[in-house]
Amino acid sequence: MKIYLKFDQTQAFKKLVSDLMKKSGIKYELIGTNEISLQRKLSPEDYNKLSASFAEYGIEFVENQKNTLVQRIKDAIIEMVYSEDGPPSSKVSIYLAEKLGHSYGYLANVFSEVTFSSIENFIILQKIERVKELLMVDQLTLTEISFKLHYSSVAHLSGQFKKTTGLTPSAFQKIIRMRRSVSEKQI
Amino acid sequence: MQNETIFVLLADDDEDDRIFFSDAFEELKMKTVVKTVNDGVELMEYLLSPGARLPHVLFLDINMPRKGGLECLREIRANKDLKDLSVAMYSTSSSEKDIEETFVQGANIYINKPSDFGELKRVLSEVLSINWQYHTSGLNRDNFLLRL
Repeated sequence: MKIYLKFDQTQAFKKLVSDLMKKSGIKYELIGTNEISLQRKLSPEDYNKLSASFAEYGIEFVENQKNTLVQRIKDAIIEMVYSEDGPPSSKVSIYLAEKLGHSYGYLANVFSEVTFSSIENFIILQKIERVKELLMVDQLTLTEISFKLHYSSVAHLSGQFKKTTGLTPSAFQKIIRMRRSVSEKQI
Repeated sequence: MQNETIFVLLADDDEDDRIFFSDAFEELKMKTVVKTVNDGVELMEYLLSPGARLPHVLFLDINMPRKGGLECLREIRANKDLKDLSVAMYSTSSSEKDIEETFVQGANIYINKPSDFGELKRVLSEVLSINWQYHTSGLNRDNFLLRL
């Protein structure tokens, strides 16, 4: 005997995705038919496992080249900001272009397109994050920090801090300290 | 990341303000989905409902009847499932004492609510783009303070 099948591709696909995700135990949300949103980032191991379970059914995870490039730009900047020897002696634009093998103009365009922010802003944000750490964890003074991170002056450093966070470095320190003493009291 | 939609939750008891914010979000270049709730009680009901989708950033009006923004903030920070939410508080007060208190209670962002539409758009765009970096670049959230 023969049975003829009629089927709804979308429904079949959604059910398949939902079964695979359930099996993986990872919390997710299906957006439209071909986008899965996860609550947290997967470890490379879990990502590969999940990707392999989908591949069995001929479903591929699409990796976006631009996103990968943006991640490499970010990694290079973070490495630069956190380097013990301080920033590279060449200009940042030259440093990034050489490290990543694309013109700086191309890198800057891709970065803005993907992140809605600029490479310059990202560098400043990372530097200010480093300043926060040096203030709170290493307990350095602003003078020591401005020397360590090659700022031209303490005034330039506190100006950039205020411009980026809306707070002066001392207001920032005060708030974080007060927060800690509040949470200690609660424990 | 690219073309990813930013999920924004907005809690404000004033309908005009909800529309003001929603219109501003709609005009940004980032793609956002905005859900609004009408006050603090509704906000906590939503956040605590099983399987609720948590926002990338919560915009919370400080002054609301029934349950105010600071009370919600304290409940959020005391809840293990919600404590890592990015919370942007806003009010018309620019008293230094109020602002400091709001940060100490655990707000990440303090916005002095602009009355000008263009200014509101600029502020929201800055909040979303910096918040996005905290989501995607592994920055330390304990140090995430922004005042606008």
